[in-house]
Amino acid sequence: MTLSAVMERRIIYTVLLIAVALPLIFPIGWTTEVSEYTNIVYRLIEETPEDKVVIVSFDYDPSTMTELQPMAEAMIEHAFIKNQKVIATALWPMGVQMAEQAFDKVLSYYPDKQRGIDYVNLGYKVGGMVTIQAMGRSLKEVYPSDNQNTAFEDIPMLQNIHRLKDIAWISSLSSGVPGIKEWMMVARDNYQVPVTGGCTAISAPGFFPYVNEQRQLYGLLGGLKAASEYESLIGRLGPATTKMDAQSIAHLLILVFIAIGNIKAYRSRKGRQQ
Amino acid sequence: MIHVMQVLGIWLAAFFTLSIFSFLYKDNPFYKFSEQVFVGLSAAYWLVYIIYSIMVPNLFAKLIDDFFGNIVLLIPAILGLMMLMRLHPKTQWLSRYPISIMIGTTAGISMLRYMKSDILEQVTATMINPFAADSTSGIAGNLLLIIGRITGVYFFYFSKKQEGIYKVPSKIGIWFLMVSFGATFGYTVMARISLLIGRLEFLLMDWLHIIK
Repeated sequence: MTLSAVMERRIIYTVLLIAVALPLIFPIGWTTEVSEYTNIVYRLIEETPEDKVVIVSFDYDPSTMTELQPMAEAMIEHAFIKNQKVIATALWPMGVQMAEQAFDKVLSYYPDKQRGIDYVNLGYKVGGMVTIQAMGRSLKEVYPSDNQNTAFEDIPMLQNIHRLKDIAWISSLSSGVPGIKEWMMVARDNYQVPVTGGCTAISAPGFFPYVNEQRQLYGLLGGLKAASEYESLIGRLGPATTKMDAQSIAHLLILVFIAIGNIKAYRSRKGRQQ
Repeated sequence: MIHVMQVLGIWLAAFFTLSIFSFLYKDNPFYKFSEQVFVGLSAAYWLVYIIYSIMVPNLFAKLIDDFFGNIVLLIPAILGLMMLMRLHPKTQWLSRYPISIMIGTTAGISMLRYMKSDILEQVTATMINPFAADSTSGIAGNLLLIIGRITGVYFFYFSKKQEGIYKVPSKIGIWFLMVSFGATFGYTVMARISLLIGRLEFLLMDWLHIIK
């Protein structure tokens, strides 16, 4: 029986849909090995002293939140575990809402953390690289108030924070431009502040070369897998871990499809030669 | 009322998700409708967002608050207006000035940054003693890094015909490039599957309540 190309495609989509849906309904619980890139990120946060102020920049919107939101939640939680104070910023307009959602989720585990004392959401600023450069000179000038309209000078955790150099580490969760590269180019290369972060899987290979001897990036979380690795490091069975079963099954299925496609192509080529 | 709006929002999101997925079967009116709604909504959202989150706080509010103190803001405001002159054929030429300023500024800011981050720092990161690593795998990794970097760049060296002995590093470079393309493809698959997981999770959890 010969199937048309359109029919074959429909079968592939249907099988893939079922293969992804089933592990979501019936989780398997497969574990993943933690990569060195994830370990570097973990060590940076782990080794930063208590009470230091850090920045988590939400440079994405809902279209990529499946991959990046678990990273944000895990990193904020890790910072809270280490009693570090978290500033949320956004180079993407909808990053502000992403930050609020991430804080809400983590606060359900740490209800004693308070806005203005342990964390603050400074909101969105247009300008990308130029904005980061301005933050290097004065954070207050760029963010005169937080997203609740509290003046910068009235926020207790920002009393000794004047410019980027006062920040212990910066994490950019990025799904495009402006994002992690802009933070690296200005905050790390210009002001020598350690920059780490996460990105969508699709852009990860482009950023891995920056995790090098020069420490242009302190590790990198690439895609859902890295998010689940980070969750396992902080001991949280989070949203990324539960989705990794579906991801693994889908990958296996795609490998099978690639094998079938190659066998089919080989047989048709052989048939033509005969 | 809030609960009703939430439920309505979830049902609308489910309808649009399924409409977009229906394109996988074949092009149909539901897909077209969802696509047009998405384009229209995005344009409207950005227009409102730009006015209220960028123009109002950064320009109008500051000028109303202290006009002479913020008079310098009139320069970008005028440049912005000149950009809009594009819409009329007779005044179109005026938009060239803000465009040229924008291109010049961006090139000036980016040139130094990219030179430092993408060339100087990257080259410095390759200038390592490969045998200084702690483990055998570390040494192998360092050697691969150096060989891959040199042969990869050599592949793009076109000033001498790549034949005979000159062909060898080029061939090795191609292998490194192929491996990197393979890794990129793998990550692309992972990203696309993640998006599918995200949508299915929404349908199964928020809409159908099959999973918790």
